[in-house]
Amino acid sequence: MAATAVFGRRARRPRQRMAWGSPSVYFVALLLIATMLAPVIYIILGGFRTNAQITTDPAGLPNPWQVENYLDVLTGGTFWRQVLNSTIVALFTTAGVVTLGLMTSFIIARYNFWGRGAMYSLFAAGLMFPLTVAITPLYILVKNLGLMNTLPGVILPQIGFGIPMTIIILVPFVRAIPDEIQEAASIDGCGRLGFFWRMVLPLAMPGVITVGILTFIQSWNGYLLPLFILNREETFTLPLGVQAFASQYSVDTAKVLAFTSLSMIPALVFFSLFQRRIVGGLTGAVKG
Amino acid sequence: MSDTQHESVRLAPDPASGLTKVGGDTPVVSPPAPRRRRKGIGWPARLEIALMTGPTLIVFLSFVILPVVMAAYYGFFSWQGYGPAENFVGFRNYLLIFEDSTFLAALRHNATIVVLSLLLQGPAAVLLALLLNRQIRGQTVIRVLIFVPYVISEVVVGTGWSLMLHGDGVVNAVLGKIGLGSLQSEWLSDPKIAIWTLMGILTWKYIGFAVILFLAGLQGIPEELTEAAAIDGASYWQIQRRITLPLLGPTIRIWAFLSMIGALQLFDLVYIIWGQYIADTAGTSTMATYMVANGRTAGEYGFGNAVAVVLFFISLVAALFYQRFILRRDTEGAITGGRR
Repeated sequence: MAATAVFGRRARRPRQRMAWGSPSVYFVALLLIATMLAPVIYIILGGFRTNAQITTDPAGLPNPWQVENYLDVLTGGTFWRQVLNSTIVALFTTAGVVTLGLMTSFIIARYNFWGRGAMYSLFAAGLMFPLTVAITPLYILVKNLGLMNTLPGVILPQIGFGIPMTIIILVPFVRAIPDEIQEAASIDGCGRLGFFWRMVLPLAMPGVITVGILTFIQSWNGYLLPLFILNREETFTLPLGVQAFASQYSVDTAKVLAFTSLSMIPALVFFSLFQRRIVGGLTGAVKG
Repeated sequence: MSDTQHESVRLAPDPASGLTKVGGDTPVVSPPAPRRRRKGIGWPARLEIALMTGPTLIVFLSFVILPVVMAAYYGFFSWQGYGPAENFVGFRNYLLIFEDSTFLAALRHNATIVVLSLLLQGPAAVLLALLLNRQIRGQTVIRVLIFVPYVISEVVVGTGWSLMLHGDGVVNAVLGKIGLGSLQSEWLSDPKIAIWTLMGILTWKYIGFAVILFLAGLQGIPEELTEAAAIDGASYWQIQRRITLPLLGPTIRIWAFLSMIGALQLFDLVYIIWGQYIADTAGTSTMATYMVANGRTAGEYGFGNAVAVVLFFISLVAALFYQRFILRRDTEGAITGGRR
């Protein structure tokens, strides 16, 4: 049967009863992928063309292929400085969110103290305060702290806004660790902090990784906060850089396309490396 | 310290009962929690609590809660962002906001975007998730690929799409090539079309998230149910309608919640594609772009903060309303603090 051939290995499983491997399913899937990818491919290919090519035939293929646009961007210092800035911001934000989030989740999940419920509610309520609402006063606050045009001025608020979601996701993970493990650990002479390092950290790792990846991508793509805080070009992160580049070279479409496509590579690579974790973590989050 | 207080710091064995005992260090009432006294409870434990939650609380309170409180405060002033705010104007900023037809237009756009997002993305994402939940070859690759637009930053998406959609961009060129020249339009500047263009871009960017969420939900549905129904002679569509969809309900409702809040606070894409001034005339301005244009860009920080407060209350009312009437049975306690 064609179906068996198509499904290969899986067909051996007794539960397999997918006789509906009809071509129409694949057709829709292909159509979907084409829609999702066409703009991305257009941006990448556009970078390989000249402006003349783009003007005469906006929908054509590169002919001949030009690598100059990409080389220009890659050899100029601007792009790399922005990559570095974005990396610093994303790494410190992620590290901060994960460290603070996990410690606090541990306390909320496994200590019983006055005000614990209130603390959880406080963080959960943080989900209601999106960055958009707080951005104007946040800008004033950062200015008063003297952190304008510095990367910590972006990192600290990003950590603050990343914490609620992290705690919501991690508390169930830490709670799910059976009490027996803690008892066994304590019999073996492991204190509460030892338990945190030796048991909670490794056991909550799936949740930690999911939170970490989501935070990293969100920070990498962040726009509104850097837009307010970073006004000097040498502190720009990639999103700001892309926008500045696009308005600076607004006539040089091909170069803008090259810059744009280079700037999306890191997030795409990062995502494809960890996509399994993201989907897995979301599954956990949805189930509560 | 007294004995009671020592006892109040104790490891929580049961997550469910844990959150019910807010307030007061009297020993717990909930019966299922077995009480265990441990060595070293008391001041060391308090110190641990302080050390491990202190930094989080400081960062959270100063960069999340404080700005929101500040917004509420400055919203009552006419203030240009320099020196102390002294020119108290009471509710004048708020009156100005609601008398400004530009703001009301932005509010209308936000409402349109909320409704259209739910109506366009929801059904499409459910269908796609059902489709991709079938065991087809290359499933993993497909899942990764439809998530790509979601991972790309808003700035890249905005820059790319505005290059493709402007008058002599690739979209019109392709339409001309395939003989649909009559469909060529000013996708970004025509006020009749622009909001649909925005919806198209939003759907393209965010549908992957909905699909992934729904796929995750679908995997939580036991296969036995659909198998049993199939044995009883139900058709594929009957199974989806009667079994899969109702069971996917909680996931769909959570997605709708996230989508609604996101649409109310939409900023990046509009700001990047339409800029701060054209958005009004193209009919795509949102409350957030209004806030930035009339607050920071205009140098009227007091006014900008008042807009932020309005935006916050609209989101809050929408969120509470949604939670009260739609989400309640699913997320008992997820946001309300764990009451069960």
